[in-house]
Amino acid sequence: MDDNAIVCRCSDLTVKDVRNLIAKGFTTFDELKRISRIGMGPCQGRTCAQLVLRELSIATGKQISELKPGTYRPPVKGIKLGAICECSTGGEVHD
Amino acid sequence: MIKTADVVIIGGGISGCAIAYNLLKKGVKDVVVIEKAYLASGATGRCGAGIRQQWGTEMNCRISKLSSDFFENANEELDYDGDIEFKQGGYLIVSSTEKEHEQFKKNVTLQNSLGIQSKLLNLDEAREIVPFLNTEGLISATFHQKDGHLNPFHTTQAFANAAKRLGAHIYTYTEVMDIIVEGGRIVGVKTNKGDISTNIVVNAAGGYSQLIGNMVGLELPVFSERHQILVTEPVEPVLGPMVMSFSLNLYCQQVPHGSIIMGRGDEGEPRDLRITSGWHFLEEMTKTITKVLPPLKDVRLLRQWAGLYNMTPDRQPIYGPVDEVEGFYLAIGYSGHGFMFGPATGLLMAESILGEETTLPIDMLHLNRFKKGELIFEPSVV
Repeated sequence: MDDNAIVCRCSDLTVKDVRNLIAKGFTTFDELKRISRIGMGPCQGRTCAQLVLRELSIATGKQISELKPGTYRPPVKGIKLGAICECSTGGEVHD
Repeated sequence: MIKTADVVIIGGGISGCAIAYNLLKKGVKDVVVIEKAYLASGATGRCGAGIRQQWGTEMNCRISKLSSDFFENANEELDYDGDIEFKQGGYLIVSSTEKEHEQFKKNVTLQNSLGIQSKLLNLDEAREIVPFLNTEGLISATFHQKDGHLNPFHTTQAFANAAKRLGAHIYTYTEVMDIIVEGGRIVGVKTNKGDISTNIVVNAAGGYSQLIGNMVGLELPVFSERHQILVTEPVEPVLGPMVMSFSLNLYCQQVPHGSIIMGRGDEGEPRDLRITSGWHFLEEMTKTITKVLPPLKDVRLLRQWAGLYNMTPDRQPIYGPVDEVEGFYLAIGYSGHGFMFGPATGLLMAESILGEETTLPIDMLHLNRFKKGELIFEPSVV
């Protein structure tokens, strides 16, 4: 893959950025996420996680199935704070 | 893994990494940090990462001031190739009861006497700082410009990198299984990757500190409590300071890259080690925050998570050696404030371990204060 190909659209990281971080010793998805915000943006890892795992697999020699993709946390999709609040007080939600 | 160490520190959060850095800087040779997952994987990386000096006890004020002064120059001091992202947008702490307002007056007097330039504000002055603050039901506020936010992952990494350059042995994904005590004295640590002989062990295990205490036969007077937190999508800069309230039970801050982080405590939490996310928190948090900061109702929640507060009865940390086991040291019980105390923890613990005169009188924070009943309670905690 081209060094400048974007892996993380939310936090603007390229393949090269990810490879550099792996070379520095961040060899799990959890560690990469926390040091670079990859997977922390609006996509919550849906775009980038597989691409990152592929790079980790190449660098560590472990199969992708052996690598942990990080914790999937709620919610599945971004929700307005006002909508959660309305819902909790019995109102109808239109978001 | 090395076989023998001068000091073994249990816990790779801000405390453990800062203690290691300070010990090495003072010339200790073999310093080991053992972390069961990755650096900052526990309370450090899960916290709201707010930094404040506006406390209600003298020790908490002094510890936080010492730490905050360090953070101002930490990138240079630790020669970090990244950025710890220190934003000093201030903390605006609001009161909503007369009792709290009276406490604020005392807090500001105490803080000012210790060189912390906080001030008491009326509600009009508070709105000059946060124009969309809904002051209904509020009485007053305090503000201190030097409070703010730090990136907990980079800050921990900065300490860890500096410690490694000085020769630290940092073992991640390594778990302490037992601590060996012979004749009342520490002689070694057993891990799932091998054993290390040592006469000094530092318990910096955050939410798991009581389990480490059990390994040397101590029942520590601390318990862990889940605290939940959420983060929104990044938005344009709209909120300079952290907005916080003890009586309304909330804190809320926009971090430098635009996301807004907020959290609150829950008195109904069971005392266990769960760090799962719950729906009840979302309801209570969104109800509270959309009342105090109404425009946030249109910002989207991206993610919620949780971490552990390691609570002490007086909500001040426990620092120093213990009377019961020679060579066993505690840096625990931060009650939700261990990250912001990190630099002071590192310095004070290193001084204590080396038998030097400590920069602050941490004898007051010794474990035996609970036996003696000499407690000074911190009133200002979310």
